[in-house]
Amino acid sequence: MDLTDLTQRSGEWLKGSGPDSDIVMSSRIRLARNLADHSFISKATDADRAEIERELRQRVTEINDGEMFYVDVSQLPGLDRQFLVERQLISREHAESHGARGVAIDRGEQVSLMINEEDHLRIQVLHSGFDLAEAWKQIDAIDDALEEKVRYAFNSKLGYLTACPTNVGTGLRVSVMLHLPALGITRQIEKVFRSLHKISLAVRGLYGEGSQAMGDFYQVSNQITLGKSEPELIKQVGDVVPVLIDYERRAREFLMRESHENLHDRVSRAYGILSTAQTISSEETMHLLSSVRMGINLGLIQEISMPTINALFIRTQPAHLQKIRGTELSTADRNIERASFLRHHLSKDGGGSKN
Amino acid sequence: MKCQQCDKTATFHITELAGGKPVELHLCEEHARAYLTQGEEESTGAPSLAGVLAKQLAVGQTAEELARLDQQSCPVCGITFYEFRNQGRLGCPHDYECFSKQLEPLLLNIHGETTHVGKCPKHGAEGTGRQTELIRLRREMKDAIAGEDYERASQLRDEIKQIEQELGS
Repeated sequence: MDLTDLTQRSGEWLKGSGPDSDIVMSSRIRLARNLADHSFISKATDADRAEIERELRQRVTEINDGEMFYVDVSQLPGLDRQFLVERQLISREHAESHGARGVAIDRGEQVSLMINEEDHLRIQVLHSGFDLAEAWKQIDAIDDALEEKVRYAFNSKLGYLTACPTNVGTGLRVSVMLHLPALGITRQIEKVFRSLHKISLAVRGLYGEGSQAMGDFYQVSNQITLGKSEPELIKQVGDVVPVLIDYERRAREFLMRESHENLHDRVSRAYGILSTAQTISSEETMHLLSSVRMGINLGLIQEISMPTINALFIRTQPAHLQKIRGTELSTADRNIERASFLRHHLSKDGGGSKN
Repeated sequence: MKCQQCDKTATFHITELAGGKPVELHLCEEHARAYLTQGEEESTGAPSLAGVLAKQLAVGQTAEELARLDQQSCPVCGITFYEFRNQGRLGCPHDYECFSKQLEPLLLNIHGETTHVGKCPKHGAEGTGRQTELIRLRREMKDAIAGEDYERASQLRDEIKQIEQELGS
């Protein structure tokens, strides 16, 4: 397997399958871990980093019966690093950092283990849909397997020791990515987020545009990592997700009932632009795909399948477009290429459901 | 519209919802990237570390007390508390012990708790003192080489090798 093989697939977080996947895109859990016998990254020399990478690389490629695919991120061209960021397999910080570092990825793109990010090791498990219980089971087992081979920095009072005190204790971050277009249209989203903030959960849009997050994707995650067990932290996020799903469904029902024509018009126009535009930015694409995605969920658009739309969200991202095209493109050329890609995949005879 | 931080055109319009009240930002690509990548995880996570640090400074400690605490350094990795305050990242696991007095109110501010109750490594109880020793020795060896004290460096190298063998790493 190499990175180019991945361009043919949607990646786990945009697969659009799994429980409640009309609204919940993905459930992600990550654990921050450090080796006990090395400085944290900020004080690590190049030799330290190389040593940490060498030791952890061996360990992380042993898990999953050795079915892991290891990428030496320090040797990767910028475009490929950005490609991994778009697929949420590495963080932007990891992509843009320097020195020895890498990531091990499983074939299903559910598991990724970043070496030498902010901490020596960041374990991530990403599942499509609302699936925190399974994600935890999987990451807990990976953590157990690694712990048999390496000595983590840990003390009995503070738990797992991390480079930043905001992660100490469990080192656990639970994030659920939701698609909330109707709450955006009905301008309720900020109210919802203020109430989440009060119960110490964080909300973050996936980039931003106006008052709406790009593509109306929002990520809900725990703020604290110390003083609560992993299942408690997961439950805290898990408990609020059904409430958000319910709000979004009710907002959609409200729009269908009270302003059906406006909603239908919005969805149809979005579809119209996407299937006919000659040049289009990735921001506008995300915004319009979001409306189309909701339109499919509500039965307002029938001729496109959900997997097609989900695939377009990722395959129209800048690095993906360039990898698919097989060449680097300027912003202006990307916008033309993106429009052509969209027309091809959304036109009636373009075999939209093929991908 | 111009970028709020330079003269370029603002092409990114960001609404930050994490801080309670939405804040609108209009930035050029470069500044937007800098903004979005600053502690990507942290902004989804705890109240920003910088905010908590500033808050902690505003209460309690006098300037002299602060200056004294700032100068304290970790015997293992050499980081000073001042450095930590500036970069928001600690230097090694031992910092949690040697700066425990400064970190405790900080942890309380961030997490509302100061004691871990979750998962523990199965062999966690033995402590990691020998591993911490390795971090210190490696730093001393690096300093010895930098100071061209090769005799000391080779002694340290032997010590490091010995501990590494004992630990089986």
